[in-house]
Amino acid sequence: MINKTVNNVTEALEGIHDGMTFMLGGFGLSGIPENCIQELVKRNVKDVTCISNNAGVDDFGLGLLLKKKQIKKMISSYVGENAEFERQMLSGELEVDLIPQGTLAERCRAAQNGIPAFYTPAGYGTEVAEGKEVRDFDGKPHIMEEAFKADFAFVKAWKGDEAGNLIFKGTARNFNPLMCGAAKVTVVEVEQLVKPGELDPNFIHIPGIFVQRIFQGEKYEKRIEQRTTQS
Amino acid sequence: MLDKNGIAKRIAQEVQDGFYVNLGIGIPTLVANYVRDDIELEFQSENGILGMGPFPREEDVDADLINAGKQTITALPSASFFDSALSFGMIRGQHVDLTILGAMEVAQNGNIANWKIPGKMVKGMGGAMDLVGSAKNIIVAMMHTNKAGDSKLLKTCSLPLTGVECVTKIVTNLAVLDIVDKKFRLLERAPGVSVEAIQQATEGDLIVEGDIPEMKL
Repeated sequence: MINKTVNNVTEALEGIHDGMTFMLGGFGLSGIPENCIQELVKRNVKDVTCISNNAGVDDFGLGLLLKKKQIKKMISSYVGENAEFERQMLSGELEVDLIPQGTLAERCRAAQNGIPAFYTPAGYGTEVAEGKEVRDFDGKPHIMEEAFKADFAFVKAWKGDEAGNLIFKGTARNFNPLMCGAAKVTVVEVEQLVKPGELDPNFIHIPGIFVQRIFQGEKYEKRIEQRTTQS
Repeated sequence: MLDKNGIAKRIAQEVQDGFYVNLGIGIPTLVANYVRDDIELEFQSENGILGMGPFPREEDVDADLINAGKQTITALPSASFFDSALSFGMIRGQHVDLTILGAMEVAQNGNIANWKIPGKMVKGMGGAMDLVGSAKNIIVAMMHTNKAGDSKLLKTCSLPLTGVECVTKIVTNLAVLDIVDKKFRLLERAPGVSVEAIQQATEGDLIVEGDIPEMKL
């Protein structure tokens, strides 16, 4: 077995520095790598570019990095829940690249799978298509989108083993599996780190080959944005 | 005139047996409350679930189980979870039968704008561009006019576009319309609303043919 475990979040983030590009899994606050984000805040890395579907909320998730002005550029699909984000964007302090959610997912998957670019109909005829190659397939226009390039991917899984095999839970899966192996270094934090053999190979979502470092997160708050229950 | 629930109730009649349906945030989410219970369908939420169930009881709330509006939900026994690329594969690949979403503006050629007001509001498009770029069957749920009283059914959109020539049907608080030959066509009136009132609230070209029936709710 090739053992991917590191002792803690400090070891997991070895090698990060200012100006890097990070991928971060999660949809809203669901499935975000909470421990890695806390460590990024603590290390105070600056001028980073973050590829993440959302930007957290004002006091949790990527909102914590925004508040400390650590982020130079965000690449996201939806940023509506964060007032500080909106303020920094409208004032020009923060560069923002808004892209369609399916395109964001596919650009991660392309990077993971060694596909340099692909064509999608999403965004044709809108400002998203500006400056991009357009090509017709079956009479329908598509725009060319390129794979992401990133230095680190920070991923949250539910369970993982020492070999880096991963299982995700519910809708906390979202972008996480697609970012594994899509950056130069993939760091995974899990709620439960187990010995090899404890996970059924039939139910592994991501094989360990896509993972460089794995650790069990110290604690998970798992905050809920919109707690909605039956009345 | 209909309220938001009335719009949702009318749209629910468009959902057919065997459909996989994606509901956007806002009025579209309410559609789930009014679908006939004698048909089989599944709701897809683009953050990664097919077979979305109702909101949970307090004791069943799970942070790892939310919809695209970030609300806590439940999963039906038939449910499945998947990553965001596969989710948009269902959408781009036209496996989802019906997409219902909100809009700020719709143009008579089927263009839609719903993600940005330059200099004012920039929340992002989320999955809307992928949805409208590929779906065969797109119903827009919205109020006929904005808060200032201006028509949202226009000759051309003034806001940044989400998609081009994609909307097939529109259900508003005043009417049901579809798009033919790059014009709006009036199909039904909301209860108590006259054809004249609809014409007045529609800036784009409006086709009115024969007697326009009132919606049956």
